[in-house]
Amino acid sequence: MVQAINRAMFEAMRADPNVLVLGEDVGVNGGVFRATEGLQKEFGPDRVLDTPLSETGIVGTAVGMALYGLKPVAEIQFVDFIYPAFDQIVSEIAKFRYRSGGQYPCHVVIRSPYGGGIKGGLYHSQSPEAYFAHTAGLKVVIPSTPADAKGLLLSAIFDDDPVLFLEPKRIYRAVTGEVPDGDHRVQIGQAATVRPGSDVSVFAYGAMMPPALQAAETLAAEGISAEVVDLRSLVPLDEAAVLASVEKTGRAVIVHEAPRFCGFGAELSAILAEKALYSLKAPVVRVTGYDTPFPYALESLYLPGADRIAHAVRATARAA
Amino acid sequence: MSPDDALVPLTYDPTELDRSLAGWRRTLLDGYRWMLLARALDRRMLGLQRQGRVGFYGAATGQEAVSVGAALALTPDDWVFPGLREQLIALVRGHPLPTYVHHLFATDLDPARGRQMPCHPTARDVRYVSMSSVIGTQITQGVGLAYALKAKRQPGAVLAFFGDGATSANDFHAGLNLAGVWRTPVLFCCTNNQWAISQPVERQTGVRELAQKAAAYGLPGRRVDGTDLIAVYREVRDALARIRSGAGPEMLEFLLYRMTAHSSSDDPTRYQAADWMSRAAARDPVPRVERFLLDTGLLTEEARGRLAEEVDREVRAAVAEAEAAPPPDPASLFQDVFASASPGSFGR
Repeated sequence: MVQAINRAMFEAMRADPNVLVLGEDVGVNGGVFRATEGLQKEFGPDRVLDTPLSETGIVGTAVGMALYGLKPVAEIQFVDFIYPAFDQIVSEIAKFRYRSGGQYPCHVVIRSPYGGGIKGGLYHSQSPEAYFAHTAGLKVVIPSTPADAKGLLLSAIFDDDPVLFLEPKRIYRAVTGEVPDGDHRVQIGQAATVRPGSDVSVFAYGAMMPPALQAAETLAAEGISAEVVDLRSLVPLDEAAVLASVEKTGRAVIVHEAPRFCGFGAELSAILAEKALYSLKAPVVRVTGYDTPFPYALESLYLPGADRIAHAVRATARAA
Repeated sequence: MSPDDALVPLTYDPTELDRSLAGWRRTLLDGYRWMLLARALDRRMLGLQRQGRVGFYGAATGQEAVSVGAALALTPDDWVFPGLREQLIALVRGHPLPTYVHHLFATDLDPARGRQMPCHPTARDVRYVSMSSVIGTQITQGVGLAYALKAKRQPGAVLAFFGDGATSANDFHAGLNLAGVWRTPVLFCCTNNQWAISQPVERQTGVRELAQKAAAYGLPGRRVDGTDLIAVYREVRDALARIRSGAGPEMLEFLLYRMTAHSSSDDPTRYQAADWMSRAAARDPVPRVERFLLDTGLLTEEARGRLAEEVDREVRAAVAEAEAAPPPDPASLFQDVFASASPGSFGR
């Protein structure tokens, strides 16, 4: 997946001289995950900027570049370190178009690796998508396959709105797949029904997709048909796809690795309660990280895996 | 810091100025007229705020020389990232007064559809950037836009304004640091009116002059008398000339005296010494330039009265127009969140 992200930036920078990349260690070093490898060599240090160690500086200057009309792609090395830039993201980027009556659109793309499973402890593992999905004016996109990573990132870079692009670093290299060449785009705001099924809908995104699919495979052998939907974009949310799936199956399991309380699953659950209650045959179940800080030694206990997901889907399928 | 020990030496030779007054006549009279207009607007708006006819107002009284002096030194290619009290710059650069007053009254004709509190205008027509109420975030943004100008080999420069309180905020340090590394064409303009709401500047920093902070980032920093229109104009003009020639970013600290409350929501008698306002009034920039113009014969008493009446009429006409305008269309609540209306239902 990380190569697909790298290819997307190459494509975008070749296609449009206004695209530039900035962040810590993104230039000479090619990024700590190698997502920006080779970019500075091809496009030079003026378009691929190694910045000082300041997240608010990276995002704040990206804002100024975007106000002028450039298309900055800012990297925050780990999303756990995004908080110094939180003010720029929620107070500035997300509100510029609105507060200026459309005079100052602020099209910044922020790429950042998120999530656990790499033995990163509290500060290299978190999933803070709900903080950002709660902010009006900001799109939040999370791919789970290499082809989607390329297609969604290209769409994000050429979108008219600011996009927080969260990359599931646990599957940067673990998940492989064909990636179309050239200007391959995947429209932001469309979920993908990755595995059709009839008994239970499983909604997941990012690094939770592989265990969700594995659980569905296990359950198929038991005669339970799980439909696995990759949300791909939290904002805008493909609400129609979510509702259509639940109207078909009547049962829903929501999976994310972020803590449960006020997590994105709470919003999905509320939407189902408001708009699909009469289709539901069983309570909505969430399989999530726990409401604790992210642990180092016990991360495999913390993160939802195929077994926990399968257990929840099985129980939901059998609930009367 | 008391006004008496904070004097800033003149940065120009007044006798030289006397000898070349012809060349200055237009600039000084223009500037003076804008300062009168700003003063008339502040007076009128504070009155209307007390009557409940506008929701909020942050006066720039006492800071007019900085806005006008800086604005007169700009070219149309330059960009301004304002703080709370720089709206006058947009007006001097050609943003229509009636449009600004529509913003103050949050009417449907406000370019931002009444979405922001008063004194937060947006004016892309004159490269005046929309501001938030967050302190300091515009500083890094200004550095970013200046980077874009440099990368695209465009002629403009950026002025990033902020108050004394902002020099304690994250983005001040991040912004000056980045500008120092990238050598972007940006002039940092600190309007030190010596108060961040209730906190005097000596409770904000351990340095004697805020301009000294620039040194930590490898930038020149200089304190300027912010109540002297001529000093401000010359310092900004000269700094911009150096910046445009590629000499790198700089910081100017304009020493000012806040002559009003922080805003219409503030009561400074709770924290200011009883004589602060009268001492600040002694440094009022408007009578200062007026005295100079009268003494040098550039302005007559009769012309002064005429100008005062003119600006008052302009303000009254703009207020009358805005008060007659409708409030924002309810549909505008859901516009401009995203580029298109399609993503999401906005909770409807």
